[in-house]
Amino acid sequence: MVKVLSAGLYTTIQDNGRMGYQHYGVPVSGVMDSRAAAIANALVGNNQDAAVLEITMSGPKLVFEIDAAIAITGANMKASINKNRIENNRIISIKKGDVLRYGTLVSGFRTYLAVSGGFKTNEVLGSKSMYQGITEFRNLKKGDVLNINKSLTASQKHFAGLKIDDSYLTSSTLEVYQGPEFDRLSEIQKKQLFKNIFTVSKDNNRMAYQLKEPFENTLEPILTSSVLPGTVQLTPSGKLIVLMRDCQTTGGYPRVLQLSEMAINTLAQKFTGDKIKFNLKALL
Amino acid sequence: MTFELKYKQFGASSILMEWPQRIDKAILNDILRFKSKIEQSDFSNIMTLNHAYASLLITYDVSNFDVSSEILKLSDLYQSADEVYESKYTLWKIPVCYDQSFGIDLESLSKEKCIDVDDVIKMHSQSVYTIYFIGFLPGFLYLGGLDEQLFTPRRATPRLKIEKGAVAIGGKQTGVYPSESPGGWNIIGNSPVHFFDVSKAEPCFAKAGDSLQFYPVTLKVYQDIQTLVDAGIYQIESEVLDG
Repeated sequence: MVKVLSAGLYTTIQDNGRMGYQHYGVPVSGVMDSRAAAIANALVGNNQDAAVLEITMSGPKLVFEIDAAIAITGANMKASINKNRIENNRIISIKKGDVLRYGTLVSGFRTYLAVSGGFKTNEVLGSKSMYQGITEFRNLKKGDVLNINKSLTASQKHFAGLKIDDSYLTSSTLEVYQGPEFDRLSEIQKKQLFKNIFTVSKDNNRMAYQLKEPFENTLEPILTSSVLPGTVQLTPSGKLIVLMRDCQTTGGYPRVLQLSEMAINTLAQKFTGDKIKFNLKALL
Repeated sequence: MTFELKYKQFGASSILMEWPQRIDKAILNDILRFKSKIEQSDFSNIMTLNHAYASLLITYDVSNFDVSSEILKLSDLYQSADEVYESKYTLWKIPVCYDQSFGIDLESLSKEKCIDVDDVIKMHSQSVYTIYFIGFLPGFLYLGGLDEQLFTPRRATPRLKIEKGAVAIGGKQTGVYPSESPGGWNIIGNSPVHFFDVSKAEPCFAKAGDSLQFYPVTLKVYQDIQTLVDAGIYQIESEVLDG
């Protein structure tokens, strides 16, 4: 098991989320950056849906009370084991008693920690992902003890020297599809959506990222309809809101764009003040 | 089936079907009928079906999704003759305490509408509401059928905290907050019933297509019901409706 000595700014347990409960109004949730989590799980030999820690901006301090293999991916937060720096995208052997801690944020915004076997916490409605009102707790706190599943693979692979493509982390271009109400935009609005550079506002969290620049809007609200993680809404007051993994299941604002899965991952690594640009992907 | 539908790709792996954009029980019934038709057909690549007032979101297994052929399959199925569609719906009777300790906006709403508080309560609890879908928050029921005289705009400034169980009016809609949340609706009462319970396999007792009616209870009865709800032994009154 792993003991939480300090929890960091906002650390949660996440897997691939609660698919299939949206007709009860339950958000999908799950890892904000699914690519980083997938890399971490692959490195330690876990299934893709194994639960990982999602660590936001500043990291926790953890002590391992078992031997294990771990991998850290996503944002770079100068992680170290017993004060020796460790690198992202590597398999790292942990011995009982080792202490994992994080330093200052160097790049990205969310970092992931996978442990061989995966974290073994309570599953609610088919997922371990923490969400207020669904799981008992919304994030980790000091003193928590996390159990680990028995590892699937007896011997660890090494991947030594293999390069992992994580260029999406530093990209500022978000690939998007047309949203259901895209056609209601004027030609000028459509052009501006793909020409302008937008800034992530301070209102950014697991539910949504609001963009700072006002965007002229004349569209009426719509009859409440389904939304998805990655849906870009345009409010009557001219705000662009990108919904993220913990978003509500329905909404009443026009849905002008839809981020690709990889674009959601890229945006999940941005925070206040970062610049982004939308790039239209042709529909299939 | 008589509605003219639109089919739109929504992201990499979903299709959004749109009915004429209005709140209409005939549209709800058509959506529910078509949903059950899909469920009975052989669409092994469909992962989830989620509907709202006048739309149905169909999400596919992304590795097995060709949008144009799927739209063709859906429209063929929509045009095809109906199987006999039977579904049992329930009328749920929900206790609400309209005491002003709960209904903090009841008096201002009554003044604004020039309707006595007692009449507001009567109008709100006489209507039989249709459950269109569940969204916004886990267990939040979108209800149709609010008496037009009670239509009240949302508050200019939303409250940061609305109590669990708050019964409220926002625009042309009424609803119950299933959990504590921020919100801008006008609060007229509170229900002790749980609208969302994660410990149950079916976390919501109600489903789209069901009906719901509120009935007023005193503070004393509210507290008695709450005791039973907390003990997990309260049974919501209900009637099975003929399809």
